[in-house]
Amino acid sequence: MMRASHFRYHVARDAADAAAALADGGPNAMLLAGGTDLVPNMKRRQQTPELLISLRCAAGLRAVTLHGETSIGACSTLSDIVRNPDLRERHPALFRAAAQVATPLIRNSATLGGNLCLDTRCNYYNQNYEWRQAIDFCMKAPEGQKESICWVAPSSPRCWAVSSSDTAPALIALGARVTLRSREGERDLALEDLYRDDGIRYLSRRPDEILTSIRIPARAARSTYWKLRRRGSFDFPVLGVAAALRFGKGGVVEEARIVLGAVASHPVVVDASSLIANRLTDDAIETFAEAASRPAKPLDNTDFHMTWRKEMTRAFLRGALRELRGDDPATLGPIAARAAQVTASLW
Amino acid sequence: MRVIGKPRRRVDGRAKVLGQTQFADDLSFPRMLHCKLLRSRHPHARLRRVDVQRALAAPGVHAVLTGADFPIRYGILPVSEDEEPLCSDKVRMVGDPIAAVIARTEDEAQAALDRIEVDYELLQTIADPFDALANPEPRIHDYGDHGNVHKAVALEFGDVDAALAGADHVFEDCFFYQGNTHLPIEQHAAVALVDPQGKLCLYSSTQTPHYVHRALAKTLDMPPQKIRVVATPNGGGFGGKSDPFNHEIVVAKAAMITGRPVKICLTREEVFYCHRGRHPVLMRLKTAVRNDGSIVAMDLETLLDGGAYGSYGVASTFYTGALQTVTYKVPRYRFRGCRTFTNKPACGPKRGHGTPQPRFGQEIQLDKIAVALGRDPADLRLQQIIEPHSVTANWMRVETVGLRQCIGRVVDGSGWRDKWQKLPPGRGVGLACSAYLTGAGLPIYWNDLPQSGVQLMLDRSGLVTLFCGATEIGQGSDDVLAAIVAEVLGVDPHDIRLVTGDTDLTPVDLGSYSSRVTLMAGNAAIQAAERAKQMLMRAVSAKLGIPPERVTFAGGRVFDAEQPEQGVEFCDAVALAESETGTIGTTGSYRPPVSPAKYKGGGVGPSPAYSYSAAVVEVDVDPATGWIDVRTVWIAHDIGRALNPILARGQVEGSVYMALGEALMEEQRMRRLPERLSNAVVHKFPSMLEYKSPTTLEMPEVVTYFIEDPEANGPFGAKEVGQGPLLPVMPAVANAVFDAVGVRVDEVPITPEKILRALKANDLRSGPERFPAIDWPEPLKVPPPWEGGDGRATNEKPRKSRVAASGVRLGPEVAHK
Repeated sequence: MMRASHFRYHVARDAADAAAALADGGPNAMLLAGGTDLVPNMKRRQQTPELLISLRCAAGLRAVTLHGETSIGACSTLSDIVRNPDLRERHPALFRAAAQVATPLIRNSATLGGNLCLDTRCNYYNQNYEWRQAIDFCMKAPEGQKESICWVAPSSPRCWAVSSSDTAPALIALGARVTLRSREGERDLALEDLYRDDGIRYLSRRPDEILTSIRIPARAARSTYWKLRRRGSFDFPVLGVAAALRFGKGGVVEEARIVLGAVASHPVVVDASSLIANRLTDDAIETFAEAASRPAKPLDNTDFHMTWRKEMTRAFLRGALRELRGDDPATLGPIAARAAQVTASLW
Repeated sequence: MRVIGKPRRRVDGRAKVLGQTQFADDLSFPRMLHCKLLRSRHPHARLRRVDVQRALAAPGVHAVLTGADFPIRYGILPVSEDEEPLCSDKVRMVGDPIAAVIARTEDEAQAALDRIEVDYELLQTIADPFDALANPEPRIHDYGDHGNVHKAVALEFGDVDAALAGADHVFEDCFFYQGNTHLPIEQHAAVALVDPQGKLCLYSSTQTPHYVHRALAKTLDMPPQKIRVVATPNGGGFGGKSDPFNHEIVVAKAAMITGRPVKICLTREEVFYCHRGRHPVLMRLKTAVRNDGSIVAMDLETLLDGGAYGSYGVASTFYTGALQTVTYKVPRYRFRGCRTFTNKPACGPKRGHGTPQPRFGQEIQLDKIAVALGRDPADLRLQQIIEPHSVTANWMRVETVGLRQCIGRVVDGSGWRDKWQKLPPGRGVGLACSAYLTGAGLPIYWNDLPQSGVQLMLDRSGLVTLFCGATEIGQGSDDVLAAIVAEVLGVDPHDIRLVTGDTDLTPVDLGSYSSRVTLMAGNAAIQAAERAKQMLMRAVSAKLGIPPERVTFAGGRVFDAEQPEQGVEFCDAVALAESETGTIGTTGSYRPPVSPAKYKGGGVGPSPAYSYSAAVVEVDVDPATGWIDVRTVWIAHDIGRALNPILARGQVEGSVYMALGEALMEEQRMRRLPERLSNAVVHKFPSMLEYKSPTTLEMPEVVTYFIEDPEANGPFGAKEVGQGPLLPVMPAVANAVFDAVGVRVDEVPITPEKILRALKANDLRSGPERFPAIDWPEPLKVPPPWEGGDGRATNEKPRKSRVAASGVRLGPEVAHK
């Protein structure tokens, strides 16, 4: 079997203890929440931390409150999110995203904070150590290995690994903010600012910071999340479309936040200004979907053909807006139907 | 019958669901050491130097082995013994094993691998069959037909060119069937030890303990009686555990060197390197038909991507042609097949071995013929089903044929007549048929011995113990054997003790491959049980004072058929027999009938019985995205007789599941890096996450029908069910997609992107454009039976000896009584 590298293990009592341990541990310390991404990566040597600081028993990181704004502790499991009827009602996009992550077993362990900090993914990177030796590694090389080129785009100066979180685009569309805590204190930033357009340094989080909570403003918005993947379970997204819209009188769009996942190294917030102050007519949706799919630049480093994924971006944008407009779900196509079936089974 | 045909809980079911079954990785022995293999990181290279000194000095390390420790090569087929337990001078794929570390723990073994230094001299990479045909040098192997062509074969049954020239219509298509792998849930694992008698003992998750036994004796240069191979229950095989593997030989040697038990458990990535999965096959199929769609002649060319080793490849090559004739009447037939070596994991046998690929092409082409000629595809097939008890153009003897009933059942069950070409846009139905063998007629290596043997021991306690080399790989072979013996002796199958898959304790059975166990081991079990029954019958008839023919066995008793209350318990019957004749033990064995195919190459394809299947698949295809949803699969299988309908149904549903994976998503894809930057060719995603295989969510409704027309050659009339039902599903999906959106996808997997691209491009087709020019050998010309042939080629040179001509036994029939 594959064996993880050796490491020391610290069980944090609370966020302060974790922050202290993280600061003391230096660059070779890592946080362990659900472990569903990190532990397999450790077996494949993508990460080889010398110290793991477990947040599993850290007090106060798993609370969910819904007074005005919604506050979710970063160590809430995805199953916690999915099973919470209030979250489901208030923030359908978050529910839909969380409900479609991996499998039920993984969701029982994986945390929301972990999914937001998920390592970027790439067919050239998410392989075991021996496989990566065979291609002489890539730009996203493990510590101590010489850096190689990006095999996805060999002439590119940067890494194109893909942001593969489902919950990140959903929460960005919902206008979420996050709190990062270090020994020095806390800072608060918009979730979209947590991400950087870089497959290697994909987070603006400092190594000594812990993501402790996620806050979603209370807004009367309709929201949804569409996920594209090969199978109805298990798979990471090859495309995610999150949309949150607030409608005024006569179905006029007053506010729109639309975010693409899995089309770049970071969740891509698309310009939705053309929707504002208009009704969602078929034409308006089509024009928007055409323009908004342009920033999506899928490369050949995930499942499915990149040309098709690009086409699907437009189809998904169209579908998500139609859903929020109130179209009959039966007219939204088979992929939406399957997602609805999967998520409905969790209600 | 009280057992046969009744749906029953399988005899090994309880232990499996309770987690009590001991798989190879569950085994642990005192003082056991662990083995890890250092694998090549280059696809094609000479090994200049392998320095293991630093690894030997690493903590916990007991031994380090290299190619120098294994001078003798091996391979499942005698004609292609091209594998080394550890590579000595050359590596041929990423993942080829170079050295083995034996250490106290798996961690220590793993750590020591990093201390082995390998100096590679890189060679040009041969990445696919086109590469192989274009680059005879560097050769991957120094044997084979020529260059990087492993094997090219050509057979012609009647004058095909004349038939093509004179036909009303000739349809020509190219098809591509992508390779895929078995993906058993259990990774291969093995433990070797030297037992107190000094005998080498290997426990392994293998489908073929007998062939592993032979490979160990050969490579370790030891007398076979000093070696014992025990096949542990397999957590799925599907053909992927039917070769002897390097890791098995390595741990065997390591146990002898260290004097301690040595275990290896492969990672999932290593299982992808073992592979032996479905060959990627490019095909060109020409079919000449009359105006009514009846086939006049068929001309098939296949190009196989074999990977780095021979494996079963020569047989696989012949299998891409052998069974095209056993479904429909094909008066004349030409088959040419070519297998190439490439620097990739070796392909071999996967469920359906070599036959799903051409079947895919043939069944799609028949659909095209039906549409072109304005015929219903079901009628087109019904009008030309092969006659039962006939001999085909390529001299395969067909016995019972239940295909007509199979088509009838799925056509009725699915409402085909109201659906085909009548459903709304985006929804469609497709139909396809197939045939498969119930056991290969010939063994892997030349011999005229029985292919299966069963031994029974009856104890005065009433216990019946069955010994057979057949291997339980999840398919239910243990249950079949128990059911057969229980039926004959009138006892409960759960009371029978089974000892199977152990070369020390059980008579030889060739293994769980080619759908042979139910028929071959089953017939051997019937023979052994009938012999035991005779002994008991004599004793009980004397005791009761009745003629032996009135003695009846049922319900754990042996009694007078005319006065059932007159009788004895089964255990007392055994005791009576034992006191009369001594200890009760019997044997049974099985040899398949002699095939009329006497030409070279005619050894691949004959079988005691062919099973038939028909499937109708209904799909939804979204024209906006190309997305495919399979709604329902109706499948009928001509099984002869279902010995245990629950197990049989499981085999059908499992076949449909695996078939849908192949049809819709599974791909053993390799990635060639840009040649100017790297010579690497690596598996694109050797993991269960990224190698896409359907989950239960993707599984549609499956409606299964069994056609039960007992086959004289099968035990209680049974034919195979483990492989055949896979075959019609892939072409039926392709035909359904055409019916739904008018797109022909002439390749698998059939994916949304291919459908959408074809819809947008307006050519409404996705598939290979051409078949390369191949320098085919002159075909062996074998006149079909109706053209006065005798099963021999008219232009074949006489062969000195069968073994010299073809160690694979691709020769004429076995001259045994």
